[in-house]
Amino acid sequence: MKYAAGIDVGSTQTKAVAIDSARAIVARALIDTGANVVRAGQRALDELLATAEIKREDVGFVVGTGYGRYKIEAGDTQVTEISCHARGAQMLFPNTRTVIDMGGQDTKAIKIGPEGDVLDFCMNDKCAAGTGRFLAGAAEVLGLTLDEIGEISMTGTKPIRLTSVCTVFVESDILSHLAQKKKVEDILAGVHQAIAARTIGLVRRVGMDPEMTFTGGVARNIGMIRSLEASLGQSLNVSPDAHFCGALGAALFAMDHVLANYKPDIPVGAEPTVWVDE
Amino acid sequence: MRTTVSNDKDYRGNVHELSRNIMTDWMGQLKDATQNPVPSAYLMISGNCVEILRCFDILPVFPEINALQLAIRKNSLPYIIKSEEIGYASDNCAYVKADIGFTMCGGVGKEGTIPKPSIIVCNFVGCNVYIKWFEHCAQMMDVPMIMLDIPFLREDAPSKADIAYVVCQLRELITRCEELTGKKFDIDRLREILRYSARAEDGWSRAKELCKNRPTPYDAYFDSINMMGPINALRGTKEAADFFDATVKEYEKMVADGIGVLDDERFRVVFEGPPPYPYYRNFRNLFEAWGAVSVQSTYSTVGGTWEFGFRHDADHPLETIAEQMIVHNLCNRSMLERYKQIRTYVEDWSADALVIHSIKSCRLFSAGQGDMREYFTKELGIPTLMVESDLEDPRYYAEAQMKNRIDAFFESLQYKRLRQGEEAART
Repeated sequence: MKYAAGIDVGSTQTKAVAIDSARAIVARALIDTGANVVRAGQRALDELLATAEIKREDVGFVVGTGYGRYKIEAGDTQVTEISCHARGAQMLFPNTRTVIDMGGQDTKAIKIGPEGDVLDFCMNDKCAAGTGRFLAGAAEVLGLTLDEIGEISMTGTKPIRLTSVCTVFVESDILSHLAQKKKVEDILAGVHQAIAARTIGLVRRVGMDPEMTFTGGVARNIGMIRSLEASLGQSLNVSPDAHFCGALGAALFAMDHVLANYKPDIPVGAEPTVWVDE
Repeated sequence: MRTTVSNDKDYRGNVHELSRNIMTDWMGQLKDATQNPVPSAYLMISGNCVEILRCFDILPVFPEINALQLAIRKNSLPYIIKSEEIGYASDNCAYVKADIGFTMCGGVGKEGTIPKPSIIVCNFVGCNVYIKWFEHCAQMMDVPMIMLDIPFLREDAPSKADIAYVVCQLRELITRCEELTGKKFDIDRLREILRYSARAEDGWSRAKELCKNRPTPYDAYFDSINMMGPINALRGTKEAADFFDATVKEYEKMVADGIGVLDDERFRVVFEGPPPYPYYRNFRNLFEAWGAVSVQSTYSTVGGTWEFGFRHDADHPLETIAEQMIVHNLCNRSMLERYKQIRTYVEDWSADALVIHSIKSCRLFSAGQGDMREYFTKELGIPTLMVESDLEDPRYYAEAQMKNRIDAFFESLQYKRLRQGEEAART
C-alpha cells in the first residue's frame, strides 16, 4: 500500500494527515508550531507515521502547505493553503462551492468549482482582525480557554457592540465592558458577531454560493459556527476534520503525484532563497 | 520539481542601458545645478507640460522621481520617518513624506543632489495631497509657486471651454517663464519641441504594441520604467525621441527572433497600480517564478495614455498641451475610463488575468479598486488578483502574505488550464 501525506504548518498549530491510495484518511497529527518551523514539520510527520504505524518509505509523496511550507524539509513540494483548503473541503463535502477558512492569523473566503479548483478567493488584510487570534485575545482577557468561549457565547442574550475588531484593542475594549458590568456571555456573543460580520464581508466579495463549508481551527468553535450561520442565513458544512482540511488537501495533492494521474507541471512559486534584493 | 529563478534574468539589453545613460545625464544636470544654479522648476509627472519649460531652457525637476529613486534604492524609510516626526500622518502619501524628509535633510539645495527650484509649477490638481505637497515645498524653500487648475475629465472628451480655460493658464505660465528667464517666448521653438514629443510618443506606442506578440519582448510593467523616465521627464528632447527609435528597433528585433523577456512565458497579465518600489526585484520574482509576464500596465501610462493615439500636435501647440493635461493623464480620468482602458489591455493584448497592486498610502488612486476587482471578476470573468502594499513605504510590504496570494492565484490559473487541456483532450 502506498501512502501520501500533507503537512500544514500554520501560524499557531501544525497539522498533518496521511491518506491511502483510496484517498481515505489513515492518520492525523496535531502539534503546536512553536518557534522552530522546520522542527514542527518534521515532528508532525514523525507523529503521523507513528500513529498510522507506517514507515517513511511507504509515504510516496509529501506536500507542505501553510505559512511554514517552505521550511518543511520532509516535503517534496509545496502548495498554498488556499488551494489545499479548497481541495480538502471538496473531498469532505463534494457539493462545496464556497469555503470559509478561519485560522490563527488568516481568514479566507474561497469560491471553488465542482472539482475543488479555486475560482476566486479573498483574504483578510495584513491584520489579524477577525481571525482566531482575535478570539484568543478575547478569551485571554476573560480568563477563559478557547474551547470554552464558543459555548458560553451562545448563552448571551444581549450581545455587546464592539467598537473595534482590532486584535490588539479588543482587550481594552472588553475590559471597559467588564467595568460596565456587562455579562461575560454577552461580551462573547458580541465578539463572535463582530468576527462573523467581518467574515461575511470577505465571503460577499467572492459570492455566497451554497454549499458553504467552514474549515480551519476556528471551525471547532460552535459559537462561531452558529454566529456565521445566523449572519449568512444558511447552514454551514462543518466536518470533525475541519481543522485538518488544509493538511488533507495537501495530502490529496500528494496522492495525485503518487498515482501519477495528475502531475501538475507547477513550479510552485519561487523559493525564498531567491528573494534577494538588487 | 522546484524551479528557481535567477536574479539576473530581467531584461538588461540596450534599452535598459540607453535609458540609464540619458537619465543619468539628466540627473547629472540636476546635480550640477545645485552648485551652478540655472532656472529650474518643480513639476508633477501626471499630465505635465514639460514642453513649455523646455522652451525656456528651464530644467525640469520631478519630486516624484526623487521619491521613487529613494524607494528603489531602499533609502526611503528614514526620510518617511523624518516627515512623520514633524507631524505627517502615518497614512499620508509616502511619496510626499519621502520627498519632504529628503528636503529637510538637505537632499535639495547646495549640499544635496537636487537643485532648489526657481519656481514650483503645480500642474496636477486632481490630488489634494499633491497640492499640499507642492505648497509645503514652496513654503519650506521660500520659492514662488504657480498653481494650474486642470478640470477633471468629466465626460469622454473635454469641452472647448475646458481647453480654453487651461490654454489661458498656460499663457500665464509662459509669462512667468519669460519673467524668470528673461527670454522671449518662441512659438517655433515650442513647435520643434512638440515634434520631438510626438516622435517619442509614437515610439512609446509602437513599443507597447509589440507586447501583443507571444512571447512579449519586455515586461510592460517592470521593464516599462526604462521607458517611463524618458517619456515623462525627458519628453520634448531629441535624446528622448532617439531613445524611443532605438527602443522600438531593439524590441522589433526581439519579436522577429522570437525572443521573449521570459524563457517560458506561461501567463500574460495586465497590471494596475504602481509597483512596490522598495521591493521591486522581490515582487517581480514572485510573478516570474510562475512564468507570468506583464503585457500591459496602467501605471506606465500615468504620464499619458499615448497608446490610444494621442500625439502632441505642433500645429496647435497650447491646445494640444492642454488636451494632454486634461484627457491623457491617467489620474485625471474617471473610474469608468480606467475600466475601459484595462479591458482594452486585457482583450487586445491577450492577457490571461489582471493583477491589481493597491497602494496603501494613496487613497486617491486606490479607492474603487475593490469594485474594480469585482467588475473584472464577476462581470467580465477575468481572473483578478488584488494585493496591497505601498509604492514607497517598505513597512507595508509583507512578503509571506504577498507570496501566498500570488502563488494561490497562479495555482488556480494553472489548475484551470490543466482542466481545459483535459477537456480538450476528451473532445
